[in-house]
Formats: sequence, structure tokens, C-alpha cells
Amino acid sequence: MATNYDYEEAPANYDETHRQDLGYDPNFVPDSVKSFVGHLYRHIREKNVYEIHQMYEISFQTLSDRLFKDTPWPSVDAVAHYVDNDQVFCLLYREMWFRHLYARLSPTLKQRIDSWDNYCSLFQVVLHRVVNMQLPNQWLWDMVDEFVYQFQSFCQYRAKMKNKSEQEIALLRQYDQAWNVYGVLNYLQAFVEKSNIMQILEQEKEGLEQFTATDGYDYSGGSNVLKVLGYFSMVGLLRVHCLLGDYQTGLKCLLPIDISQQGVYTSVIGSHITTIYHYGFANLMLRRYVEAIREFNKILLYIYKTKQFHQKSPQYEQILKKNEQMYALLAICLSLCPQVKLVEETVNSQLREKYGEKMARMQRYDDEAFAIYDELFSYACPKFITPSAPSFEEPLVNYNQDAYRLQLKLFLYEVKQQQLLSGVRTFLKVYSTISLGKLANYMEVDEPTLRWTFFFFLMFLCI
Amino acid sequence: MGRETPKQQQQQQQQVSYTVEQLVAVNPYNPDILPDLENYVNEQVSSQTYSLDANLCLLRLYQFEPERMSTQIVARILVKALMAMPAPDFSLCLFLIPERLQMEEQFKTLIVLSHYLETGRFRQFWDEAAKSRHIVEAVPGFEQAIQTYAIHVLSLTYQKIPRPVLAEAINIEGLSLDKFLEHQAANSGWILEKGHGRGQLIILPRNEFNHPELKKSAADSVPLEHITRIFPILG
Repeated sequence: MATNYDYEEAPANYDETHRQDLGYDPNFVPDSVKSFVGHLYRHIREKNVYEIHQMYEISFQTLSDRLFKDTPWPSVDAVAHYVDNDQVFCLLYREMWFRHLYARLSPTLKQRIDSWDNYCSLFQVVLHRVVNMQLPNQWLWDMVDEFVYQFQSFCQYRAKMKNKSEQEIALLRQYDQAWNVYGVLNYLQAFVEKSNIMQILEQEKEGLEQFTATDGYDYSGGSNVLKVLGYFSMVGLLRVHCLLGDYQTGLKCLLPIDISQQGVYTSVIGSHITTIYHYGFANLMLRRYVEAIREFNKILLYIYKTKQFHQKSPQYEQILKKNEQMYALLAICLSLCPQVKLVEETVNSQLREKYGEKMARMQRYDDEAFAIYDELFSYACPKFITPSAPSFEEPLVNYNQDAYRLQLKLFLYEVKQQQLLSGVRTFLKVYSTISLGKLANYMEVDEPTLRWTFFFFLMFLCI
Repeated sequence: MGRETPKQQQQQQQQVSYTVEQLVAVNPYNPDILPDLENYVNEQVSSQTYSLDANLCLLRLYQFEPERMSTQIVARILVKALMAMPAPDFSLCLFLIPERLQMEEQFKTLIVLSHYLETGRFRQFWDEAAKSRHIVEAVPGFEQAIQTYAIHVLSLTYQKIPRPVLAEAINIEGLSLDKFLEHQAANSGWILEKGHGRGQLIILPRNEFNHPELKKSAADSVPLEHITRIFPILG
């Protein structure tokens, strides 16, 4: 089993007193931060979306790099003073605060729980109150993306019970609603429903609504927040269902979004990549290799052409990582289902460079080939989770790899079933006409088996 | 309350299933609907209906709360999924069932059965199914569903089917097979021909067993010229 799957986070028993570096005073607010929050607050009130975006994307990054490289930002209590103690702004600030923490440091269990509470409060406001804001799509996407990420992170953390301290176990028992899978799914579902986004997209097709044309922004004095959160939540649901292994339902959740066109999902590169990555992966697991190949090809070409424009962006690393993972998935799909015509030249040459040799070995279907399938799958797959609460009975075990092991096992089982089909494909390339009996003989299988093999070509795969 | 007439019972049943489908569509992430979904599985079994979405929803809930999982219900879901072939429902369900459960005897058997069906090993399938009657006989319509699947496969890979091949695929022989063939010839447009000393040849009308969704995926995956290249080989 490949070991490069291990979740890249600090160990669960990270000593509480050591984290969040020496010299961090949560109540100290540097002048640049006073200025930052003051301006951001004003821009949000005035709905200056462009300025909000600049501050959110660039200023926040710059200040983080300069002043908060390995400490958290000042506490929300300390900055509230500079923003009229505005409740909504404080929730938004906290959301950024936790996101920064997760990115630069290692959250404690208490912080994970607090972050969940903050999302609940923020989401309740958006769902149940009239929110008079316009926020940049980048920020709204990041909220959904981070929400799902923190859920996934929590499940991974929680599944490593072995070295948990008594305090941690007590906290886990006490706050069993935090990052509960029902809660996560229901919030995403609530956004989809309350925003009416599915109907909006339907009506847009008939020219009765404007959504995509305005990138989701509301130019008639209203707010884009609920609608766009509803929209991005469909991608969020696809992602969560993939983490659970329910690819069918995941794809169903994405159905209202037409990925053959540009849309709000392409307005933010992170959203575009996440959507296609999960769409492609789900199709791979459903054996729809041709569909997966098509979409991976498109997005990889797009990334190739546009990544230079994102070099300074905080998402750059993620973009590169997903790019590499999708090349691995493409290599898998093409090994299981060779399709010369579907892959564009640039993508193909990149693919040959990265995986040319491995692909040749994968198509031999020997033990080495299976090891390579294992390796690529493990590298490129989502971080599957076990959504249920842990057992607190002794002995405490780590079960964070269980979900991944199951998906890998079923995937390799499918690869094995492909072995026979691959052999037939090779022969077909050589012989344009051959009797079934002769072919069966060459392949050392009986005729009936060979007959059904052709059926599976027709039904599930490609020649 | 007096005894309900069968019609009333049927109407009530229809009401229940309507509600369950609605629940799955509108409020799927809800632990309270678990008993309804379990009842719905049993109803699918007894009334020979099927709903993948509802069953996936239940398997998800079992994932969220493993202590509420019923092995018997899971087994029934898998049998129904087998009956839905060539749809990939069986593997969709497996993705959601914990590994340790899949190692249990009855689940190992179901996986083996699915494997035989997926690789076209019909003789082995029927042999194994015969050994596991308790699993498959618990679900009415199982045999017919697999036979329908087998015939569907035959209709696509054969232009003329030799009788022994058909017999093995649908597990019917002798007089029963004669009767079956007569019925299909009379009602489904099958044509029975005498072969070259190998007994009967059966010609199936190709359009009858084409399902729209399969047609679509076939069109997506395989260009027509490739299909026509295969058929001469199949004879």
C-alpha cells in the first residue's frame, strides 16, 4: 500500500502550549491591521466589490506574509472596535482568521470546534436574514471550499484516536455536533434550496433570469451572497459525496451546472479546477473513462495556458498540485481505455513526459502494473473520509485510512477485470478479421468468455 | 378498523413510496428517515420495484451511523442492484459498504455472483446461485431479471444464437426451454431457425432490448465503425 497517502498535517497530539508561537498577543492590533479592517469594512458597506476583492486577495496575503507568517491574526475581539462591532463583519473576519490559521499553523481541537461554530453563525445569518452585501466570487467560493476542507480535515483528525489526550477525548465527546456530517451536508443543501439556484439556472436557459451573464452579481441593488453560495454549494456537495464514495449522487448534485459551457464556476480558477477534478474522478470510478478523459484534457490545456497569470496568487500551489494529480488520473484513464484522438497535443506531450514510461508498464497488466495503478490512484485520489463518530472504547485505534483502503481496493478490482479486455484490444489492432475460435485460442480463454468480453467493450468501455 | 381491501392497501403503499421518493429528493441527509428507507427496501423486494436513489441514500445513512446498519437490508439492496444489470448499481453500492462487511460470507458470495455476471460467465453464475438459494430466493423476480439481462447481452453480441448458448445463459433447458422459446416467438418477435446440425438457432430482434440510456453511453464510447468491425467476428 502506498504510504504517500498520509494526510499532510501536523500530528494530532501536537502540544497545545507550543503551537501559536511565542510572542503572540491576540489583543495587539498593528496599525496596518486597523487600517485594513477599517477599509474592508467600509468597502463592504459600500458594496465596492472590486476593492473588496483587491483587499481580500492581495492585501490580506501581503499582511499575512509580512506580519503573521506563523502566528494568527489579531483576535476578533480586538479588531471589533475598529468596525463598529459589526456582527456580520466580525463573522467574516473570523472566517478569514481561521482559514489563515489552518493554512499556516495547526489548529487545536478547540479551534476546530470554534471554527465550526463560526461557520454556523455566519451561515445562519446568510440563510435567515436579509444580507445586503455583494462579495467577490473568489471569497464566496473560498468559504464553501474551506468549509468542506475543514470538514475533511476534522474527519481525518478524529479518526486518529490512538494518541489522543484525555482532554481531547473529553472535548470530542462533549462537542459531538461539531463538524457532524449531517450538519455539513444540510448546510450545503440549505444554501442550494434557499437560494433557489436550480430554478434560477433553469429559467436562465429560457431568458427569464440573469445569473451567469452577470457572473452571479446582482446589479439591481440586491445581494449576490446567497445565490452564489447556493451555486458553489452544488460543487461542495459533489466534493463531499466523492469523499464519501457516493459518486453517483455527487454527479447528480452537479447536474444543474452545464460544464460544457463557461459559467460562474469558471469565474474562479479554484472552483473551475475543483469542479472538473471531482467530476472527472467520479466518472473514472463509474467507469466512464471517455467522459473523464475529455474533461481532464480540457482543463489541463486550460491550466497550461493560464497558470502564468496565477503565479502570485495564494491559490497557485493548489493549482499546481491539482494539475499534477489530474495528469495522474488521465494516465490511469488512458491506460484503461486508450483514446488517441481525445487528447490534445500539448497535454499529450506533458503526459508522455510525466507518465509515458509508467503508462507503458501499466498496460502490461502484470504485478508491476498493479503497483503503478495503486501508486497513481493513491497520489491523485481525494482524501476519503469515514463520516461516523469514533468509538471511544478501548483500545483506541486509528481508522483514518479505512475509507481510502476500500476505494483503492474496489478500484484495483476493476483494473483486474480490465485485464482480459486489454488483451483483446491488442489482438484487434493486429488482426482486422479473425475467427472467434482462433482469437480465443490465442488468448487462451474459452469462446463464451470471449463473446461476453466483446459485450463489455460495447457497453462499458471503448475499443 | 376493518380489514383493508387489496386495492386500498395498494393505494396506501403507493402513497408511502411517493413520500419516500420525495423525502430522498428533498431531505436526504436526515437520520429520521432511516426506518422509512428500510421499509422501502422491503417494499421494493415484495412488489418487485426498484429505486437506486433511495437505496444509495440508505447506504449513506448507514455510513453515518453504522450501529443502525442492518446486514439483511444491505444484502437485499445488493441483490436488487444485481437485478438492475447492466446498470453499474452493484459497484455503486459497494463503494458505500464498509470493507469488513464485504468480507462476510453472504457478501463475498454476492460479489462473486456479480463478478460472474460482469465477465459473462453465466454457467458459473447459475451454479453459484444454486448454492446460495437462501440469498437469491429471498428476492422475488431475481431469476427473471438475470435472464432478461442475459438475453439483452445475447441480443447485442450475437446475430444468431445457438440453442445451447441460450440455454446456458438463461439456465433453462429441455421442455421448459421449448415453451419459453415458443412464448418469445409468439410475443416478442423471436425467430426460431434450424441450424447446421447444432440444433436450433435463435434470432433476436435487436431493437427490442435496447435501453435508451445504454444507447447513449454506447454512442459516447464506441464509434459505429468499431461496432460493425466486431460483428463479423461474432458470427
